[in-house]
Amino acid sequence: MSRHAKTQPALWGLLDCNNFYASCEKAFRPDLIGKPIVVLSNNDGCIVARSAEAKALGIKMGEPAFKAADILRRHRVEVFSSNYELYGDLSRRVMRNLDKLADIEQYSIDECFIRMGSAMAVQAEAAAKEFKRVIQKNVWIPVSVGVGSTRTLAKVANHLAKKSGQGVLVLRPGSAELEDALERTSVEDVWGIGRRFAKRLLRYGVTTARHLRDMDPDLALRVLTVVGQRTVLELRGEQCITLDDPGVVRKTLVSSRSFGSKISRKSDLAESLAMHASIAAEKLRREGLLASVIHVFCSTSLFGDEPGRSIGTRVSLPVPANDTLTLVSASRAALDSCFRPGPYIKAGVMVVELAEKCRRQLTLLEACAPPEGGQRQALMEAFDVINAKYGRDTIRTAAQGARGAPWHMKRSKKSPNYTTDWEELAKAG
Amino acid sequence: MRFVPFLPANVPENRPGVPLFLCLVPCGFPSPADGYVEDEIDLHRVLIPNPESTIVMEAAGDSMVEANLVAGDRLIVDCSLDPVPGRIVIAAVDGEFTVKRLIKRRGRYILKPENSAYPERDITGDENVEIRGVVTYIIHKA
Repeated sequence: MSRHAKTQPALWGLLDCNNFYASCEKAFRPDLIGKPIVVLSNNDGCIVARSAEAKALGIKMGEPAFKAADILRRHRVEVFSSNYELYGDLSRRVMRNLDKLADIEQYSIDECFIRMGSAMAVQAEAAAKEFKRVIQKNVWIPVSVGVGSTRTLAKVANHLAKKSGQGVLVLRPGSAELEDALERTSVEDVWGIGRRFAKRLLRYGVTTARHLRDMDPDLALRVLTVVGQRTVLELRGEQCITLDDPGVVRKTLVSSRSFGSKISRKSDLAESLAMHASIAAEKLRREGLLASVIHVFCSTSLFGDEPGRSIGTRVSLPVPANDTLTLVSASRAALDSCFRPGPYIKAGVMVVELAEKCRRQLTLLEACAPPEGGQRQALMEAFDVINAKYGRDTIRTAAQGARGAPWHMKRSKKSPNYTTDWEELAKAG
Repeated sequence: MRFVPFLPANVPENRPGVPLFLCLVPCGFPSPADGYVEDEIDLHRVLIPNPESTIVMEAAGDSMVEANLVAGDRLIVDCSLDPVPGRIVIAAVDGEFTVKRLIKRRGRYILKPENSAYPERDITGDENVEIRGVVTYIIHKA
């Protein structure tokens, strides 16, 4: 799957899994076919996935689990804690099955773009249906496929395919179906627009994808920035978004979680922040990025009678970094400078001013850096290899604390690792 | 003289295969003139040719004992294969996974247990039954 300069495909497909986490859970529970289920985030905090039946009950995405408790109980909605091992494995299966059938570019855990050459494009409907059939058969996961002449249009098609329940939709350039689809798609649902831009566009009378497509590109540039302008061009069928775009490199990286129970002791908070700093560092390394600034924050109750209060501060790193030890000690220093008694229910770390490792110029400090720089990198690489093989946090800094610390995740309703653990296989009688 | 594969006592960790001697090995010594390692058996590749579509399940109950399939056995299930009558399949029936032999009799599709104590089930056109995959190997611990 090469990202080198490629010729533009005749058509783009966008395949994504329906309610992915929920579908993963249902795949191994035939008793839950047709039933409402939800999946909770880390620490069983919020609802991050709902089956179609749960959506129909009005359960909202992102809703804190305890707020939805009533409706969950009343309708006997089955609740699952996130099972990332399972979702990761099924995601790999989806992508590998597709990779045998088409030229794909994975975009997220449950979505990928498909480059359709002219031969496949001529039979786009049949190809899209075949992808859907194969994934359902080989991985037991339902998906939707949208096809259009650009990625943005493929996303429009996908969104409508899913809503209609048909599961597949092809929007050919110049077709009546395409006009109709753009008319029926609200501008907020167009890839890259979102609620904030949609509000701005409202002032110009732009409410549908069709209006947006017909918008003057220079006006689009002013109202929406260059990313929005590209969206307008893509809606017109001009391919200009590539995934290597600088517009797509992340600007911030956050790791945060709410605690299992309120935390008051500074040492417990420090451990939690050290964990988040370590997670952030690992993500930075994986994406080839370095951070120059790290923010830490802790907040008190977010819901309930008292208004939320938080402490936090930012620390500039003398040299842009992505190694665990540096970020962990920076997080400790940050907490020392801003700590006030809590109790706190949530803490986290955000790193900003990110730069790609390969593109950076050395600062004077680094040019004079002690030789430990190379050793530190080797240490980080060893960290990553060991943690990848034996599971996250097998090796961690002492600052992160022993397992079972009061703030560790509750994952009380996690399903078995049906596809990755010999002792947790699904049973057939 | 029967061909006997040579099994080293400890297979080194990074080599999944088991070396095979090409020559016939009479009980005792390989012929020095013929000693030549030809190929390796990669069990994973033999048993799971389609890893992205294969899962392993655990057998429960005794509905298939006459097919040498007993509770606790691990079943290698290839979901990419088409369920052809005569094969043992995994199906989702009445909210549960079941392992049965698929047969076709007088135009009807039937899930057949391999144990006379259990009933057959005609699944022709039954929308509440989903055949999920084909059992390719039964792993039974000796």
